[in-house]
Amino acid sequence: MNLFLSNTRPYGDGDPVDVVVCDGVITELGAGLSAPHGAETIDAAGLVLLPGFVDLHTHLREPGGEESETIATGSAAAALGGFTAVFAMPNTDPVADTEVVVEHIHRRGREVGLVDVHPVGAVTVGLEGQKMAELGTMARSRAQVRMFSDDGRCIHDPLIMRRALEYACVLDVVIAQHAEDHRLTADAQAHEGVVASRLGLAGWPASAEETIVARDCVLAREAGAALHVCHVSSARTVEVLRAAKAAGVRVSAEVTPHHLLLTDAALTSYDPVHKVNPPLRTAADTHAMRQALAQGLIDVVATDHAPHAAQYKDTEWQAARPGMLGLQTALSVLVLACVEPGLLDWRGVARVLSERPAEIAGLPDQGRAIAVGEPATFTLVDPDECWTVRGAKLASIASNTPYEGMRLPATVVATVLRGRITARDGQARP
Amino acid sequence: MKHLLSVTDLDAAAATGLLDTSDRLRQALLGREVRKLPTLRGRTVITMFYEDSTRTRVSFEIAGKWMSADTVNVAAKGSSVAKGESLRDTSLTLSAIGADCVVVRHPASGAAHRLASWADRDRAGTGTHTCIVNAGDGTHEHPTQALLDAATLRDRLGSIAGRRIGIVGDVLHSRVARSGVFLLSTLGAEVVLVAPPMLLPVGVEQWPCRVSSELDAELSTLDAVMMLRVQAERMHGSFFPSSREYASRYGLSEARAALLPEHAVVLHPGPMVRGMEIASSVADSPSSAILAQVRNGVHVRMAVLYHLLAGAPE
Repeated sequence: MNLFLSNTRPYGDGDPVDVVVCDGVITELGAGLSAPHGAETIDAAGLVLLPGFVDLHTHLREPGGEESETIATGSAAAALGGFTAVFAMPNTDPVADTEVVVEHIHRRGREVGLVDVHPVGAVTVGLEGQKMAELGTMARSRAQVRMFSDDGRCIHDPLIMRRALEYACVLDVVIAQHAEDHRLTADAQAHEGVVASRLGLAGWPASAEETIVARDCVLAREAGAALHVCHVSSARTVEVLRAAKAAGVRVSAEVTPHHLLLTDAALTSYDPVHKVNPPLRTAADTHAMRQALAQGLIDVVATDHAPHAAQYKDTEWQAARPGMLGLQTALSVLVLACVEPGLLDWRGVARVLSERPAEIAGLPDQGRAIAVGEPATFTLVDPDECWTVRGAKLASIASNTPYEGMRLPATVVATVLRGRITARDGQARP
Repeated sequence: MKHLLSVTDLDAAAATGLLDTSDRLRQALLGREVRKLPTLRGRTVITMFYEDSTRTRVSFEIAGKWMSADTVNVAAKGSSVAKGESLRDTSLTLSAIGADCVVVRHPASGAAHRLASWADRDRAGTGTHTCIVNAGDGTHEHPTQALLDAATLRDRLGSIAGRRIGIVGDVLHSRVARSGVFLLSTLGAEVVLVAPPMLLPVGVEQWPCRVSSELDAELSTLDAVMMLRVQAERMHGSFFPSSREYASRYGLSEARAALLPEHAVVLHPGPMVRGMEIASSVADSPSSAILAQVRNGVHVRMAVLYHLLAGAPE
């Protein structure tokens, strides 16, 4: 199928151009082009053209958690959010710790066809932190696993972490760590600070994140391995990353949209829609996250999209599962938190939502330049349109969005994966 | 007042109003042969306790009965809660049954807030309105305990404003301390928290109180001292070295009690560990208002039910 975009501005820069896509590739780019015969045409005047977004941190819940999300509904949410590739975390049931499970997830993703679904393999069997899973087999499977993580569970044992990093080095894969020293977060329910103290919620101290990141950077340097730090939430973690990067450690880091925007001030209603791990922290932390993202100390935005059906959220705080939806609100929250205040321009958005995540995960055909000869994998954004978030209207089965009723800037007009429109005007196209 | 979830629902006037109602109810009952007022006849009060409790549950039950409400006790272990029903479904069931008021104790902080927000949501759908009273939620609050403490202090000291009140012990895990600090400061008292740093919440310096780690240095200037319950399981190394060391540094021994001014009042929310946070002789001394606290508890809870179910006399 052929595609013609008129009057769009790649990266929001310069004069509008037309884009011709044939057979999944950008074949022409320039002013005054004409649409090829039979091409679907998008009037892209006023729209910004960005490379398709890549999410290094998504929970699609299938297999095992289909009451909250499936690969089909999560893929639709991804396409509608402007994503062309997502990494599905392994905390499914069964856990994605074998070739069989990762190939199943990969195959389901291809069958749905709305977004490239890359399974993340578990580092340890059953996410138990005891015994290394068959990383090599998963890496060489048809799923070609590029990233391994025990997400949600920190790899606490330094010996397991060290060996995993050493092995990752020869497999040329990345280990993504949920940095949380569980000895410091026993029973933790919320960011350890003034709000949690007043609410009587056991505290999750920022030091529980910072100490693990520091330790892992030391281990990654020794192994010469690539370490990816999931969902950085604390201002002082940024200082650890700054020092590690300056010392040449191969460390990358992500921040979630919610840690860029929301703070623990939201907790006073005890509504578990705000419960997430790591927890929402203070305004000083969100400020530091934004600065670090702008400076490149934090490399990418990743959603940690975590659907939970109502029965897991409409409970008392302590009983609720942590996590919030993120795929369809990520761009808008990033625009609100970083673009509008002038910390990132559209090239910066392309960097943190597409180019760097593709580079970290080693995806050759994602995060590419918008240029002739490159794959037509991109997202068209209307920077001037606002929308109101309604959880029930999002594509996910669950509706646990913390932005319910909020009016957010920027909409995704169309998402294109290798020349095929996967979402347009708020409708996914399976 | 729609619900009583936190002492921060009460400003000084509202809190004083409750204490005044409590006094009036006590007076109204004093000369009576039959201790029963008709005030809440036909209203249903359900106490739902997800944690063991003797005094609070009995106190609420008696408070309801003395005002002729129909009171029903749900012990979480004996109900469908033990079969795994969610708090949400339990609350739906109780309001469908027609509870006018649910008094809840729950191990999760914020459980009463959740019940109240569901009750408000359901009210829009069904028209029935259930008031929620927080009888202790996790380590968050225990508002009626703070009210009965305030009533007791007002009786003993004549006033609360300007008085200096020490709260001693495991503040970190104490809902009594949280409600106490915020209610007593609202009523104009100067509150001093005394605890080692491991048993103080992060950010406590932003509470309306002063913080000290030396009990001996504070005692001589206090008008009242409230000793918090110490849970034995906190005394095994990760929060504090040992019960013995705790008693020696923070227990209200006879020698320490002697440092208090003569008029000072000793409070304890109970249940006490005699010889640990408080010496037996101090608990039974004339300065101790511990049994007065229990008596006032009934009247204060009558006042709360009265204000919620019959409407506050503004």
